[in-house]
Amino acid sequence: MSEADQGFEPHIVAFICNWCTYAGADLAGTSRMQYQPNVRVIRIPCTGRMDPLFVLKAFERGADGVLISGCHPGDCHYGEGNYHARRKFAIFRKLLEFVGIDLARIQFSWISAAEGGKWVSVIEDFTNRVRALGPYRAYQEISL
Amino acid sequence: MARIGVFVCHCGENIASVVDCERVAKISASLPGVTYATDYKYMCSDPGQDLIKSAIAEHNLNGVVVAACSPHMHETTFRKAAQQAGLNPYLCEMANIREHCSWVHDDHEKATQKAIDLVRIMVEKVRRNHPLEPVRVSVTKRALVIGGGIAGIQAALDMANGGIEVVLVEKEPSIGGHMAQLSETFPTLDCSQCILTPKMVEVAQHPNIKLYTYSEVENVSGFVGNFKVTVRKKARSVNMELCNGCGLCTQKCPSRKIPNEFDRGLSNRSAIYIPFPQAIPNKPVIDRDHCIHFKTGKCGVCEKVCGTKAIDFDQQDELVNEEVGAIVVATGYDLYNISMDQPNDKLEGYGEYGYGKYPDVIDGLQFERLLSATGPTGGKILRPSDGKEPKNVVFISCVGSRHNAKGITYCSKICCTYIAKHGMLYKHKVPDGNAYVFYMDVRTSGKRFDEFWRRAVEEDGLVYLRGRVSKIYEQDGHLIVKGADTLSGVAVEVEADLVVLATAIVPQPNIEKLFQNLGISYDEYNFVTEAHPKLRPVESSTAGIFLAGACHSPKDIPESVAQASAAASKALILLSKPELEREPLVAKVNEATCIGCFYCLRACPAKAITEKEIKNRAGEVLRKVSEVNPSVCTGCGTCVSVCFSNSIDLEGFTDEQIYAEINSVIERMSVIQQ
Ligand SMILES: Cc1cc2nc3c(=O)[nH]c(=O)nc-3n(C[C@H](O)[C@H](O)[C@H](O)COP(=O)(O)OP(=O)(O)OC[C@H]3O[C@@H](n4cnc5c(N)ncnc54)[C@H](O)[C@@H]3O)c2cc1C
Ligand code: FES
Repeated sequence: MSEADQGFEPHIVAFICNWCTYAGADLAGTSRMQYQPNVRVIRIPCTGRMDPLFVLKAFERGADGVLISGCHPGDCHYGEGNYHARRKFAIFRKLLEFVGIDLARIQFSWISAAEGGKWVSVIEDFTNRVRALGPYRAYQEISL
Repeated sequence: MARIGVFVCHCGENIASVVDCERVAKISASLPGVTYATDYKYMCSDPGQDLIKSAIAEHNLNGVVVAACSPHMHETTFRKAAQQAGLNPYLCEMANIREHCSWVHDDHEKATQKAIDLVRIMVEKVRRNHPLEPVRVSVTKRALVIGGGIAGIQAALDMANGGIEVVLVEKEPSIGGHMAQLSETFPTLDCSQCILTPKMVEVAQHPNIKLYTYSEVENVSGFVGNFKVTVRKKARSVNMELCNGCGLCTQKCPSRKIPNEFDRGLSNRSAIYIPFPQAIPNKPVIDRDHCIHFKTGKCGVCEKVCGTKAIDFDQQDELVNEEVGAIVVATGYDLYNISMDQPNDKLEGYGEYGYGKYPDVIDGLQFERLLSATGPTGGKILRPSDGKEPKNVVFISCVGSRHNAKGITYCSKICCTYIAKHGMLYKHKVPDGNAYVFYMDVRTSGKRFDEFWRRAVEEDGLVYLRGRVSKIYEQDGHLIVKGADTLSGVAVEVEADLVVLATAIVPQPNIEKLFQNLGISYDEYNFVTEAHPKLRPVESSTAGIFLAGACHSPKDIPESVAQASAAASKALILLSKPELEREPLVAKVNEATCIGCFYCLRACPAKAITEKEIKNRAGEVLRKVSEVNPSVCTGCGTCVSVCFSNSIDLEGFTDEQIYAEINSVIERMSVIQQ
C-alpha cells in the first residue's frame, strides 16, 4: 500500500440472501454486536438470484471487496438456490482469475439466521483483509 | 417521474442516539427523485404511520422509503400504511438503519454516512419499483391425511367434522397404527383398544372421510391449496364390495406359518388374513408373498369357501388421483432393532445383547402384545421360548436412544413411562415375580407421569438400578444380565427369564422417499422438521403441508392427538378461505426475447416453469418459450441468473433494480476522489 493510501477505508458490497444471512445480520444488530461500518448490504431473495455480473458491476462502481453470503448448503429457503450459486461461482472464479481479477477481494460464505457472530467475524476479517490490500485501483482505472 | 418520500425513524433512541436522523432526512431530500423527506421519533406508531399517509396524499408520492428497522420487522406494517393511503404497497421499501447500522456501529459520523448510503440505495431501487398485485390462487377444499395411526385418525376426524372432505391413506390393511397394538395406556391404564376402536369405527362411517387402506401415496405435485395426489391402492386380492368379512377364508387357509406382524412375530397368521380382530376395514387381504396360489398356481381354498365370490386373484394395483388443498403427514414411528442388519450405516446393532438371537430378549411392543388380552397368549405373561411364566423380568431403558456409539443421540421420551407401565402390569399379573429396571435417568415428564412412575416403585415394588447393561448372555436356560448399579458402585448380575428392551423410537423405514416427494424437510434421522421449532410446530417447511404425531419426534398418545388437532385446525384455517393471496414477487418471462433454451426450467427448484408453444393463426407451433406459473413460483430468482438472453426477471428484485442499487452503493464522487 502506498503512503497516499494510509487511512484508506475500503468499500465493501455484500449481496446477501433474505432468509439466512440477512436475518443473521439482523441478529448481530439485535445482539448489539459491533463491527466496522464499511459494508453496504444489497438484499437479494436467495443466492440463486446472484448473477456473477453483479460482482463485476460492483467493482466497476468502486467496490474494493465483494461479499456473497447465503444459507448453508441444505438450508436454502428455496431448497437448492445456493447450490446453483455455489456451482456458478466455482466456474466464475476460474474465469475471474483468468482475466486477472484479484480473488482475495471476493468472499463467498454461508451464514445462517442464527449466526450473528459469524456475520460479524466474516465482515471484520474481510474488511481488514481488503483494507490491507488497499484500494482496487486496477479495476477502477479501467472502468472509470 | 419519481416522487419519492423518505421517512427516517429515530426508533426512540435506538437509531437517533448514533445516527443523525435529521441530517439523513435533509440529505435524502436532495436526492434525485425525492420530493419529500422527514424524520420522526417512532415511524411505526400510529402518528408515525399517519405522517406517512398524509405525506403520500399531500405530496402525491409515488414511492416511499422508510429508513428504520429491518424489513423483517416492519415491511408489512409500512406497506399496509402505504396501501391505506392509496399507494400500491410494493412501491414502499425499507432501508435498514437500525439492525444493520445504529445497533452495530458506535462511530456517529460513519454510521450517519452509512445510513445516508442505505437510504440512497433504496431510493434508487424504489425509483424502479412498479405496482404489483397479489397472486390469487384458488383453494381445493379437501384434505389428505397420510398415515392412519392415532394422529392421522384424529386429524382426519377433526377436519371431517369441520365440514371438509378428507382422504385418509394408510399403507397397512387396517388403520390404527401402533396404538392398536398397545395393551393398556399410561398414565391411567385404560385399555388401548377400548379408547381407539370407537374412533376407528367413526372414521369408517364418516360421510366426509374417504379411506384408502393398503394404499400408498405414489406422487404429489402442485402447491398449497392445489395439490394433486396419486394414490396406489395395492391389490388386496379381495373384492371389498363383495366381501362381507365373515372370515371363513382366514380359518381355512392352509398356509398358516407366517409370522404375524401385528403380534410382532410372537404368533403366526394365515396367508389370507385380517390383521387383528378390530381391524378397520374388517376384511381380509392376501399376502401374495406367502399365498400358495400365487407361489404355485394351486390351492385356491379361500376362493372355494368364499360364499360371496369375493376372492379376486387377478386384482391389480389401482392408481387413483385425488385433488386436495392441504396435507397432514402422520406416518408415525417404528422401533429400532438390535439386530446386525440396520437400515443405514449410521446405526449399529447390539452384539453385546446377542443381536436379537435370544428368543426371550424382546422389545416393548412385543411385551405389549404379551400383556394384551387379544394377544398371542391371551394376556398371560408367557415367555416366547418355552411358554413358561417368567419370574424374573429385566427391563432395559435407552436401548439405542441417547447412545452416540449406536448412532442415535436423542431421547425417545416415552420409554421411561412405558417401562414403569410394563413393570406395573407385569406385577399385577405375576405378583410373586420380580421386575428390575436398568435405567440411565428416569424422564417421566408429562401430566401425572411422575406420580405414575413412583406408584410403580412404591406400590408395585419395581427395583430400579441406575446403569447401562453391558452384556446379556444365555447360561443354563437363563439369561444373565450384566450391568452396574452406578449409585452404589457395584457390579450387578441378574438371572432373568425374560428381558424387555425399550428400543429407540425411529421414523418409518424409507420414509424419506415420501418426504422428498412431498418436498418437506426432515432431519438427519428422517423425522419431519417443523417450520419453526417454537412458533410453527405443526407446519412443515412447505406451505399447506402439516405434520402430526410421532413422524415428527417420539411422542406419546396425548401429544400425538394434540398435535393432530392443531394440524387439523391449521389446515382448516387454510381451507376456510375462498382463495389464497400470495406475494407477487415472482418471475416473469419476456416471450419476445426468450430463445427457448429452458435452462430456467431445469434450474427452477419450485418446478414453476413449463414449456409454452407459440402458435400462428393456423395453429402451427412457431417456437417454444418458457412460462412461469405464478402460483407455484416461490420467487428465489435462480432462473434469472441462468438465463442466457435476459428474458426472465424477478418482480421486486429485477435486474434493473439490483443494478440501480449497485450503481448507487458508492457515491460516484467518492470513487473519483480516491
Ligand atoms: C412399547 C410402547 C408402549 C407405548 N405405550 C404408550 C402408552 O401407554 N401411552 C401413550 O400415550 N403412548 C404410548 N406409546 C406411544 C404411542 O404408540 C404413540 O404415541 C402413538 O402410536 C403415535 O401415533 P402416530 O399416529 O403418530 O404413529 P403410529 O401409531 O406409528 O401410526 C402411523 C401410521 O401411519 C402409517 N404409515 C406409515 N407410513 C406410511 C405411508 N408412507 N403411507 C401411508 N401410511 C403410512 C402406519 O402404517 C401407521 O398406521 C407406546 C409406544 C411403545 C413403543
Ligand atoms: S434463501 Fe438463502 S441461499 Fe437461498
